[in-house]
Amino acid sequence: MNKRRFYFIAAIIILLYLIVILIGSAQISPLVLLVSLLATTISVATPLTLGALSGVFCERAGVVNIGIEGMMLTSAFFGWFGAVFLNTIWSVPPLASLLFGVLVAIIIGGLLGLLHAWLSVSLKVDQVIGGTVINILAIGITGFLNRQLFFEKNSIFGGQIPHAPGVLPRISIPFLVDIPVVGKVFEQQPIAVAAIVLVIVANFVLFRTRWGLRTRAVGEHPRAADTIGINVYKMRYWNVIIGGMLAGLAGAYFTIESVPSFEPLMTNGRGFISLAAMIFGNWTPFGAWAAALVFGAAQAFQINLQQFRAVIPPEWAFLQYSYVVGMVPYILTMVILTGVIGKTVAPAADGTPYEK
Amino acid sequence: MSIVLEAHGIRKQFPGVLANDDVSFDLKKGEIHVLLGENGAGKSTLMNVLYGLYKPDGGEIRVNGQAISMSSPRDAIEHGIGMVHQHFMLIPVFTVAENIMLGMESVRGLALDEKVVAERVRELSRDLGMELDPNAYVHDLSVGVQQRVEIVKALYRKAEILILDEPTAVLTPQEVEDLFKIMHDLTNRGVSIVFITHKLKEVLEVADRITVMRGGKVVGSTTPSEISEAELANLMVGREVSLTVDKAAAQPKETVLEVSNLRVLDNLGTVAVDDVSLTVQAGEILGIAGVQGNGQTELVRALTGLARVSGGSIRLDGQEVANASPRRITELGSAHIPEDRQKDGLVLPFPVMDNLVLNTYYLPPFSQGLVVHWDRALENANQRIEQFDIRTPSAMTHVGTLSGGNQQKVIVARELSRPIKLLIASQPTRGLDVGSIEYIHGQIIKRRDEGVAVLLVSTELDEVLQLSDRIAVMYRGKILAVVPAAEATKESIGLLMAGITEKKPA
Amino acid sequence: MSEEQGPKKTRSFKLPPQLVNTGLVPLLAVLTSMVVGGLIIAAAGGNPFAAYAGLFEGAFGSLNALSETTVWASPYIFAGLAVAVGFKGGLFNIGAEGQLAFGAVAAAWIGYALPGMLGADIPAVLHVILAVGGGMLAGGIWAAIPGFLKAYTGGHEVINTIMMNYIALNLTSFLLNGPMKDPNPMNVVARTPLIVESAHLPPVFPEFRFHWGFILAIGMAVLVWWLLWKTTLGFEIRTTGANLDAARYAGVNVKRTIIVTMLFSGILAGMAGAIEVTALNYRHELGFAVGYGFDAIAIALLGKNHPAGVVLASLLFAAMRNGATRMQFLTQIPVDVISVIQALILLFVAADTVVRYIYRIRSRDERFSLTRGWGK
Repeated sequence: MNKRRFYFIAAIIILLYLIVILIGSAQISPLVLLVSLLATTISVATPLTLGALSGVFCERAGVVNIGIEGMMLTSAFFGWFGAVFLNTIWSVPPLASLLFGVLVAIIIGGLLGLLHAWLSVSLKVDQVIGGTVINILAIGITGFLNRQLFFEKNSIFGGQIPHAPGVLPRISIPFLVDIPVVGKVFEQQPIAVAAIVLVIVANFVLFRTRWGLRTRAVGEHPRAADTIGINVYKMRYWNVIIGGMLAGLAGAYFTIESVPSFEPLMTNGRGFISLAAMIFGNWTPFGAWAAALVFGAAQAFQINLQQFRAVIPPEWAFLQYSYVVGMVPYILTMVILTGVIGKTVAPAADGTPYEK
Repeated sequence: MSIVLEAHGIRKQFPGVLANDDVSFDLKKGEIHVLLGENGAGKSTLMNVLYGLYKPDGGEIRVNGQAISMSSPRDAIEHGIGMVHQHFMLIPVFTVAENIMLGMESVRGLALDEKVVAERVRELSRDLGMELDPNAYVHDLSVGVQQRVEIVKALYRKAEILILDEPTAVLTPQEVEDLFKIMHDLTNRGVSIVFITHKLKEVLEVADRITVMRGGKVVGSTTPSEISEAELANLMVGREVSLTVDKAAAQPKETVLEVSNLRVLDNLGTVAVDDVSLTVQAGEILGIAGVQGNGQTELVRALTGLARVSGGSIRLDGQEVANASPRRITELGSAHIPEDRQKDGLVLPFPVMDNLVLNTYYLPPFSQGLVVHWDRALENANQRIEQFDIRTPSAMTHVGTLSGGNQQKVIVARELSRPIKLLIASQPTRGLDVGSIEYIHGQIIKRRDEGVAVLLVSTELDEVLQLSDRIAVMYRGKILAVVPAAEATKESIGLLMAGITEKKPA
Repeated sequence: MSEEQGPKKTRSFKLPPQLVNTGLVPLLAVLTSMVVGGLIIAAAGGNPFAAYAGLFEGAFGSLNALSETTVWASPYIFAGLAVAVGFKGGLFNIGAEGQLAFGAVAAAWIGYALPGMLGADIPAVLHVILAVGGGMLAGGIWAAIPGFLKAYTGGHEVINTIMMNYIALNLTSFLLNGPMKDPNPMNVVARTPLIVESAHLPPVFPEFRFHWGFILAIGMAVLVWWLLWKTTLGFEIRTTGANLDAARYAGVNVKRTIIVTMLFSGILAGMAGAIEVTALNYRHELGFAVGYGFDAIAIALLGKNHPAGVVLASLLFAAMRNGATRMQFLTQIPVDVISVIQALILLFVAADTVVRYIYRIRSRDERFSLTRGWGK
């Protein structure tokens, strides 16, 4: 990550935090508020981090995955359904049900990754179209099943939204969590922690291992890889499936970690913002994570401002409308994509099907 | 000497073409066997079959007398076959060591072990009398060095049989000599080499044996001592070919193009064209020689309005056109045969008809304003197809389905069918067969004789020498010298192409 | 490869490739989706034959059903044309939904507020033209922004048009809950007041809802066809879409062409919204636009980006939506199953190689070209 981009990220986060702290300082001490903002930022950045990692794996192998949004949504639904089913129908304890739900979400994500790989690698469908198909399929299927399973009288749940198994409990990072005040940042839910661990793992895998070298080779110059006996299709398939599984884990965040329910369209464009994070992060895991934190900060800003609606000074009255503040992440995405904060370079063969 | 590699009765069919028709070929230990043929003769197909990239539809391959079946390059590598492709198979953003180990990585635990690889790379390159820095990024290396990386890459895989596909196309004459030296070193150590080319002169210089292919078939096998250059040419093309281009002396008139102190940056922001000044007169051909990647592409793109000019001036027929739009430059009477015909020059999914009016669709008679009169475009297309002998089933055929030669004829027909003062032809015959090359050369000379100023850019030194009236040599973005063609020799221009200026630049 | 090598002339009784591409493949895609949809219905415990019979009856069973199908079809045609125009120019406009919403908001505002602002009544015909024109302009501008960003910064239109959707959603939520909210004290919904009668686009026959908007939609389809294939601008759009480098080489101002393509695309999407307001709902309500953007993509792809194809695909989608209510009434299959079937149609069409794969139809390689990778 170059310096300019790092400063930009730092500046945006500080600016957003400052506004909240200035407004909220009347009610809560700045330090407590800062800690709460940091904790929220890390938490809400989770699906973006995972989504961006999903994009990194796919695109490093040369496959554009615009279907991350749909993969997240579908996984969120099925993960939720899996957890609820185990918990209510088979009376499995909540925590085990939730973990099973996470597993289901990852598997569903992987299957959608397989579908995307089939479309884009084997059938050589335009990858953007293929991803869009997955997005639309996701909306159709989750909408239909949500109604069928949770709102139809003759469904397994008898037409009622069943009693929820709750969300994944927080885990505390040993020692760090004991630091006074700031320690609260280190008390996060498992998927949020996993996301950060996965950033480190992904970085190692992509840049230090044989798998990573070959992955990057097929994303840069597939014919060169082919001529020395690397199976381009196989590498692309597996990386897109891994990408799908990461998007699946991101999906689990929505219904198993963040809130204990499913809403149609609940991913709200997070899959697309993830792609912007991936681009801004220059297709590297750490870069993508840093970019995801910017969007996380924007969302933390929005969430925290809601608390202080009553004390927003009149000259900043427009901030009272959640819709106005809600636009921030989307506008930020567009600004980032203009490349004014430094251009990034995509893998050379990104988005191009390989024909032998 | 024992036969290390033998192909027998190879057949390979592509949709519409029989690329290899009962081709047999053998390679003895320690020899250089040249496979000669013009573009599209089936040489590369045969080698891709031998390297496991294509699966043959018939025939047999033997390595050291044993019949083998190959389904991927991995099998070829296992049998000791290595290949240096015409377009290098290197990943620009990887280091030399990463490129070389790819597919045969050394690992310690889970992590790559680059040290071991780097050591081996140094060893191998020293053996060949050169220094390769294993940690250098490939995109920072010159084409000649990249080729050595390719050779080391094959040797790293313990190749005993080396296939070199058109290796001299991108080199200066001096680099070619160095390559030949490396090749002889290798054969002395027992490596056997298949050398693919369509250049006659180097065949006689380097070959132990020669096999000639034409139209997918082997048409003859010989040795350098048994055959002359002219006989080889006839064998390769299948008819009498004149090795020289007939043209009268140039009658240069007024200056049409005047470039002074031109500076152009490439898309990474580095200087690609550095303080270039040149003029082209009506009725002459100025050839620009140079190894690929020395700023010729950017020069042409700047002259045609496709790249931004960051300094200097371009005057076309007296008008300043630096940073003018491509349309304005075209309207001032400039024609452009682009380097990459499929990327810039044609819209492949469009019919021949549309491509023939690609830059005149808005002008009479095709349009007076908003509406395009396609009936007139069709009439135009039928005339051009006739006049320029474009082999196409109809004017409505998608241009992407035509052969390379006919695609180029579509561009030539379009560009030369309007009144022009300047013709900028960039690599006009790259990848074409001899018939098309002769035709296009004839057209270029015809325009010159009609008083068009011609700027010819080609990395084929022979082409520049044959066609030009004056020759400018480009090296690292600069014009090192402009010499009259009559005074230029292959050697003198070759030295300039390598950046060596003994004499003061003219 | 020798000079003689042209395309092989096949002398068999096969359908001409043009017809296979634009006719047979989409048809098979629809049929395949219906079969898979039928299996889903069966799995959900329904009778697919009864369901499809109900669907057909609901869509075409009476004059009123036909009229309703055209009512459903008109926004589909506009929005489908919007996406198709983008595709022809090499641009993927996923933002028809936001553009449609903005067109609707603008049309509604002109419809209810402009006479008050001017302090005078506006003659009926003029008022309709103003409202629809305003909606077209609003949609056009909303799409031209990502077009501009694409042309001048390389920001990818796929992400930017989606972002514009979310921004539009937030902005219209703000407007419809705030400054433009229907002040009627009984109202709790985020919606505008009703437009005045002079801004109404009337039905063609008083007894049906079949309105002039549908006829306008067909007119626009013809206009789009004429523009794309018979004019210099259309040639520039198609050339830019098929090969950006060649367009630049040919002297086309590609930046301008990209912006114009998006503008035109947005105008069509905005028109969809404006027509719904002036001809049907007489107001804009939050959430109305949801889903149109994605349906429009499916329609454009099913119609092979040809205006005639878009009209046919729109009628098909409209028939399914319109018939679904009757289907649900007769067989208790929820209307949502239609979304699944339509998503499947999209899958089979977008990826027409899937259909070719299933039915072993050889491709004559006329592949779709969108910009690849991100940015410049």
